[in-house]
Amino acid sequence: MPGHIEDRVKAAVLEVQEYVRLCVTTARAATSRPFYRYDFVEQLDSIGVGSLTVVVLTGLFTGAVLALQSGISLDQFGAREEVGRLVGASMVKELGPVLTALMVTGRVGSGIAAELGSMLVTEQVAALRALGTDPVRKLVVPRVLAGLLMVPALTAISNGVGMIGAWFIAVAQLRVASSVYWNSVWYGLYMEDVWMGLLKPFFLAFVIVTIACHVGLRTSGGTQGVGRATTRAVVAGSVAVLAVDFFVTKLMIFVLY
Amino acid sequence: MSDTSPDPPAPTAEEVLEGEKAPVVVFDGVSLAFDDRVILKSVSFALLLGHTKIILGASGAGKSTILRLILGLLKPDAGVIWVNGERVDGMSERELMRVRADIGMVFQEGALFDSLTVRENVGFKLFEETKMPLAEVNRRVEEVLGFVGLLEHIDKMPSALSGGQRRRVAIARAMTAKPRLLLYDEPTTGLDPITSTSIDAEIIKLRDLERVSSIVVTHQLRDAFYVATHEAVADNGAVRIEQADRSKCEEAEFLMLRDGEIVFEGNASQLRAERDPYLLTFLS
Repeated sequence: MPGHIEDRVKAAVLEVQEYVRLCVTTARAATSRPFYRYDFVEQLDSIGVGSLTVVVLTGLFTGAVLALQSGISLDQFGAREEVGRLVGASMVKELGPVLTALMVTGRVGSGIAAELGSMLVTEQVAALRALGTDPVRKLVVPRVLAGLLMVPALTAISNGVGMIGAWFIAVAQLRVASSVYWNSVWYGLYMEDVWMGLLKPFFLAFVIVTIACHVGLRTSGGTQGVGRATTRAVVAGSVAVLAVDFFVTKLMIFVLY
Repeated sequence: MSDTSPDPPAPTAEEVLEGEKAPVVVFDGVSLAFDDRVILKSVSFALLLGHTKIILGASGAGKSTILRLILGLLKPDAGVIWVNGERVDGMSERELMRVRADIGMVFQEGALFDSLTVRENVGFKLFEETKMPLAEVNRRVEEVLGFVGLLEHIDKMPSALSGGQRRRVAIARAMTAKPRLLLYDEPTTGLDPITSTSIDAEIIKLRDLERVSSIVVTHQLRDAFYVATHEAVADNGAVRIEQADRSKCEEAEFLMLRDGEIVFEGNASQLRAERDPYLLTFLS
């Protein structure tokens, strides 16, 4: 194997090894003392409340455009009144979790990588260790737990807002009666769909936050390195969201349906 | 007639560690390399209680690495490191937390937490890692900030401070939990001579008034000799920095590193008397 390819393979394997090690350390730290609850509350605000606007807007316009597009297609089969069923199932099972996760990756993942990266290059992480504080407990655990709690909540909000956006288009443009639309949404959703929509965000949140923390804590190369880490966190996080979504969907279809 | 009285028994390790000249830090044949780059080559030295060790050397000579090894932020490839009577070179991160509780570190640029105020920075260890009542923590924070003369800046953010003030806050943060050992990584680099002297004065005050052992890593000769040849004297509540007497000057030991190896070890007058070409270039 040529030298540069071998180096790349080794670097990739090392990256995966370090990522897995961070996940294991985080899991251990999350289940033992000390727990930095003020940092946890701060992260709930930063990840949850801070992402609310972008997630609401994403959900609203996604639902609206989905209704617009599906309205045209459904018209070909004379099934315009079924628009609620299509939008509801699409939002809850797939679009809500994935688009929310992608938005959170862009807003929160980049922020975490930049913050931890800056702390690393300015020796603040070394200072934490020197002061007797475990950086994983102090920096990673609160972010991961806050992500696990807030991303599913944001997804639920996004789903709801998306259905409202679709309802507006259904009533105002497609001329579907409000009651017909909501009936269609209600009967189009099965309990399995709701479970899938609720469980998926936990996996996606874990991936987004742990990747961002991993990339941030492996930053090198000064302020330029922080910029690179931020980009890498968003790119790796977005790709991981789509990949994990596929595998979790496959698993859940196997388990739930 | 020969003296037949038996020799006094050798002191036990515990007695040595509790004695006046107890070794606080011991390096024995410590080596470290990153890939092919050798950082330290079989470095050995000891720091005694209440003494100052000044580590000199050019950039990349391995000076700061020694401080990181003492704290356990890095692990040596070979050799043994003792800190406050505990062997730290093989310790886990969890065990090291206990050792670090008795060490204060002043990083090169201060490494203050930029999202926290001066009060929160200085009291970080006590706020986060102890169960000390809040009022007591605040009292201690005000005490140490008063010691470094920055009490009026207690509620400012680090970004609102000058470079010298940030270093002094870093010194205050390092001493809050009353450690027995303080490590200074280039504490005066990039500062003007007047501010550097004020930082030197804080190092001297901590050594002479608080009996804190210290290791100062620097390549600023002016500051190194100032710390070695001055002492702090408390006089009716005021503190004066004055020229130290000969025996006090000899307590401060210099250690010169070149490419990871010790090329000189001795006191200020021995260093000045050296005729080694490398040392002369460094000292000129």
